[in-house]
Amino acid sequence: MSAWIARVMQRMDGGLMLLILLLMLASLMTLYSASGGDQAVVVRQILRYALGLTVAWVVAGLSPANLRAWAPLLYGGALLLLVAVAVLGEVRLGARRWLDLGPVSFQPSEIMKLALPMMLARYYAQREAPLKVGSVLFGLLLMGIPVALVMKQPDLGTAVLIATAGMFVLLLAGCPWRWFMGMTGLVAASAPVLWHFMHDYQRQRIITLLDPQADPLGAGYHIIQSMIAIGSGGFWGKGWMQGSQSHLDFIPERQTDFIFAAFAEEFGLFGELVLLALYLAIVGRGIVIAIESNDPFSRLLAAALSFTLFIYVFVNIGMTAGLLPVVGVPLPFISYGGTSMVTLMVCLGVLMSVRSHRRVNL
Amino acid sequence: MDILGERSYRVFGRRVAGTFVVILLLAALLMGRLFYLQALRYNHYSTLSTQNRISMVPLPPARGFILDRKGRVLAENRASYTLEVVPERVQDLPRTLRELGQAIPISAESLSDFYRDIKRKRPFEAVILRQRLNAEEVAAFAVRRHQFPGVEVNARLHRYYPNAAVASHLLGYVGRINSKDLTRIDPDQYAGLDYIGKDGVEQAYETELRGKAGYKQVEINSHGRVVRDLERLPAIPGKNMTLTIDLDLQQIAEAALAGRPGAVVALNPANGEVLALVSQPGFDPNWFVNGIDQVRWAMLRDDPDHPMNNRFLRGVFPPGSTLKPFVALAALNTDVIDDTHTSVSCHGFFQLPGSSHRYHCWRRSGHGSKDVLGAIAQSCDVFFYTVTRAMGIERFYQNLSYFGFGQPSGIDLQGEKRGVLPNPAWKRKRYKQPWYPGETIIAGIGQGYNLSTPLQLARATAVVANGGLLVQPHIGKRLWDPLTGKQQTLAFPKPVKTPFQASDLALVQQGMALVVSGGTATNINGGPVPIAGKTGTAQVATIRRDASGRAQNSSLRALKDHALFIAYAPVQAPKIAVAVIVEHGEHGNTAAAPVAKAVIERYLADEAVSSKTLERILTSLHPATPTASSVSAAGGRE
Repeated sequence: MSAWIARVMQRMDGGLMLLILLLMLASLMTLYSASGGDQAVVVRQILRYALGLTVAWVVAGLSPANLRAWAPLLYGGALLLLVAVAVLGEVRLGARRWLDLGPVSFQPSEIMKLALPMMLARYYAQREAPLKVGSVLFGLLLMGIPVALVMKQPDLGTAVLIATAGMFVLLLAGCPWRWFMGMTGLVAASAPVLWHFMHDYQRQRIITLLDPQADPLGAGYHIIQSMIAIGSGGFWGKGWMQGSQSHLDFIPERQTDFIFAAFAEEFGLFGELVLLALYLAIVGRGIVIAIESNDPFSRLLAAALSFTLFIYVFVNIGMTAGLLPVVGVPLPFISYGGTSMVTLMVCLGVLMSVRSHRRVNL
Repeated sequence: MDILGERSYRVFGRRVAGTFVVILLLAALLMGRLFYLQALRYNHYSTLSTQNRISMVPLPPARGFILDRKGRVLAENRASYTLEVVPERVQDLPRTLRELGQAIPISAESLSDFYRDIKRKRPFEAVILRQRLNAEEVAAFAVRRHQFPGVEVNARLHRYYPNAAVASHLLGYVGRINSKDLTRIDPDQYAGLDYIGKDGVEQAYETELRGKAGYKQVEINSHGRVVRDLERLPAIPGKNMTLTIDLDLQQIAEAALAGRPGAVVALNPANGEVLALVSQPGFDPNWFVNGIDQVRWAMLRDDPDHPMNNRFLRGVFPPGSTLKPFVALAALNTDVIDDTHTSVSCHGFFQLPGSSHRYHCWRRSGHGSKDVLGAIAQSCDVFFYTVTRAMGIERFYQNLSYFGFGQPSGIDLQGEKRGVLPNPAWKRKRYKQPWYPGETIIAGIGQGYNLSTPLQLARATAVVANGGLLVQPHIGKRLWDPLTGKQQTLAFPKPVKTPFQASDLALVQQGMALVVSGGTATNINGGPVPIAGKTGTAQVATIRRDASGRAQNSSLRALKDHALFIAYAPVQAPKIAVAVIVEHGEHGNTAAAPVAKAVIERYLADEAVSSKTLERILTSLHPATPTASSVSAAGGRE
C-alpha cells in the first residue's frame, strides 16, 4: 500500500508540496476568519485545493516533451478563443472576458497565461543566446497579439501578467541587454500615449493610488480600508479571528483580492515575513528545478513560471498596501476562488514535471 | 551539452541569478512598505481602525417631572418619534434633505433649526430634523430607509404640560437651545441635549431638572449600523421636583380673573411657601416645546394684553391705597401715631403749610375725624398724607423697607423686578433732582414714585399677617431622585424679624379686618372665612374726577385704573396671604377683592363655597342689569 502511494507521489516534488500545504493552511485560517466563521467557505476551498492538486498531479505526470509538443496547439487554440471572445464574448461587469459554453464558462486569458510562455519557451529553446533581432521581434509578435486582444477586453491586469511571463522568457533566453533597456525605455516614454488610450476607470485607479483620500468613500475606499487593516495589525497582528476591520465589513473583497489585508491584520508583520518567505522558497525551489534541468525548453519554462508567480504575489501585496494601483489579481494559493487556483496548480504541475523528468547525470 | 548550448546555459544561469536578486529586492520593497504601515504608522492606522468601528452615542437624560404640592403633574415627558441625521454619515447633505422632504413634510423652520444645531454639535451626534412624526410618516421613511444612510427615526422624550395654559408663567417652558443660550451654558453639560428651560421653574431649576447625559460606545460596521454596544455610561435622569404651589388654587385664581389681565400671588405667611402664582393672560407652553410656529408667535406678540409679560414677577405699578396699612405701621413705629388716641380730621383735602395746592382725598366731602383703624377701613387719604408728612420721607423709606419694598423678594425664579421705594438719594441718582415735599405726601398713599410687584405686596401682607416676620417667598419645596427615591427638602433663608411691636401689628390687623367687615370691601364680607384686607387703586393716567371722586372719561378700558386688593385669612391665626391686581379693573373692591375671596375660600373652606364666589364674579362681569351688590359696591376710588 505504502509502496503504491510512494510510486504515485513520486512525481510530486516534496519541497513544493510542503510549501503549498503551508500556504494552504494560511489560506484556510484566513478565510475562516474573514468569512466570519463560515465553514462552508473553508470546505469549498479545501475541495478546490483537492481538485487543484489532482490537476497538478496529472500535469506532473506529463513530460516536458509532451508539453513542448502541445505548446503551439495550446497557443493557437487560446488565441482563437481570445478572438472568439472579442467577437462573441459575454459581457460581464463591463468587460468582455468570458465565454459561455453552456454549463461551463471560462476565461481564455487564463489559458494564455500558460500558453504564451510555453510557446515562447519552445521557440527560444532552439535558439542560442544572444538572440538575434529577428527572433526577438518574432517573440514580441507572439506576445503582442494575445496581449493586445486581452487588453481590449479590457483586462489590463491579466494583459500585463501575460506580457510579464513572456518578457521573462525573452530575458532568460538571452535577449540582448540593449534591446531590453530599449524596450523598457519605449514603454516608459509612451506612458502619456498609453494614458490617452486608457479607459477612465483605469486612469482613476492610478489617480487613486497617488491620493486615496481624494475620494475616501468611493474610489479610494478599498485602498484606505486595506491600509488601515494592514497598519493596525502592527508587529504581531491582532490575532487569529480578531481582525475587526475584516469582521465588520470594512474591507471589501476580503476573501478574494484583498485577502492579504485580512491576513496582515491578524498576523502582523511577523506573519507576513513568514508568508513572503514561503513564496520566495517556492520561487527558489522552482529556480533550482530549472537550473538542474538540462533541457532548454524545460528550464526556460520553469524559471519563467517561477518568477511570474512572484510577480503575482508582488502585484497583489503591492496593491493591498497602496504601492500599486488596484488591479484584479488574486494572491496565489491564498485567495478564495477557482480559476486562478487551477492555473497555478497547472504551473505547479509543470514545475514538478520538469523536476521528475530530469535526466540525472551520473 | 554542446558549446553553444553551454553558452546559453551560462547566460541563462547568470540571468536567473540576477533576476532572483531583483526578486529579492522587490520582496524587500514590499517588506519595507509593510514595515512603514505596520511599525512607523501603526498608531495612526490603529486609531483609524478603532475610529472606523467605534462611535460614541450620547444618551440624553430624562428631564425631571414638576409636580404641585399634592403630587399632581404640572410638567412631564412624553415619547414621540423624531427624524434625526448623523452628519458624518451622510455624503451629500443638501440632496439628502431634499429627497427626505419629498417623503416627509419638513417645514422651513425645522430646516433652519437643523442647520443651526449642526454647527453646535459634533459630527457623530444625531441632529433632530423633524419631530413628532406620526405613524404614516414613520412608515414612509422606513420604506425608503436604505436610500438615506445616516438618517434615522428615533423615539425621544419631549416635554409635555398636561394643564396647557394653567401656570404657564410659573412653569415657564422648555425650548430648543439657541445661540443666546449657548453663550451661557457649558456645552459639555448639554451634549446630546437639545432643550433648555427658558423661563419660570424650568429655567430656575434647570440644573436639577436636566440631569446628566450619558454615553454609549457602540461598534458599527461599514454601513453605519450598530453591531453591538460596547460600553455604556447611563444617563443620570433629572431630579423630579415638587412645588409649593397648589394646583387647585392656581386654577381657581385664573378662573376668577376671568380673562382680565392681571396677577394673583398667594402664599403661606408662616414660611413663605407660594401657593398660587398667576399671571394672565398666559400661553400654552406646549407651543414652545418644538419651537413655536410663526403664526402663534405673531398672535402672542401682537396681543394688546401682552400674554408673554410675567406680571407677578415683572409687573410693576404704584401700590396705591394697599400701601396704607404699612404706612400706618411705619407711623406707629415712629410714634407719629399713638394707638387709637391719635386722630386726623379729614375735610376732603390736605394742604402743605404755605402752599395753596390741595391734595384731595378720594372722598371729596371728607371723612371727618378718623383714627388709624377708621383711616385704614375707609382708606382716608388725608390721614395718610398727614402722618407721612409728620414722619418725613427718610423715616417713611426706612420703615417701609422692612416690608421688602424696593428690593427683590429673592424668590427662586429668575428675572424679578425690584420696584421702587423712593427717597431723596434715590431721586437724586435717578433723576438728578432734589426731593420735593409734595412727593412725600403722595408717597404716603402709595402713589408718586412708588412701584411694586404683586409678589412684594403679598410678602408685605404676610408680615402683618404673621405678626412681624419678613418671610422668603419660594416655589420649590422638594427634589427627589427618580432612581434612588431619595428626597431633598429645599432650604431657604429663615424669616427675619422686623422691628415692629406686637401691639402695633395687632392694631393694623384690626384695621384690615375692619376694611372687610365695615369698610371699603364690605362686598366680600360674609362667607365662612373671615377675611382681612385692603383695597387699592393704581392710577394709570390722570383722570378727571367728579365731586365724589368718581372718575370721568373712563369709557376707554386702557385708561381705567388698575384694581388692587391685598388680604389674609382667617383673621385669627392667618394661614394664607394674597395679593391681586386686575388691570384696568377700576375699583379694588369690586374687581380685585372677589378674586382674593375665591382663592381664600378654596384654600380654607371647600370647592363648593369658592365656586359660588366664582359664579358671582362671572355674573357681575356680564350683567344683564346692574345687580344690587354691584351698585352698592361702586362706592368710588379707594
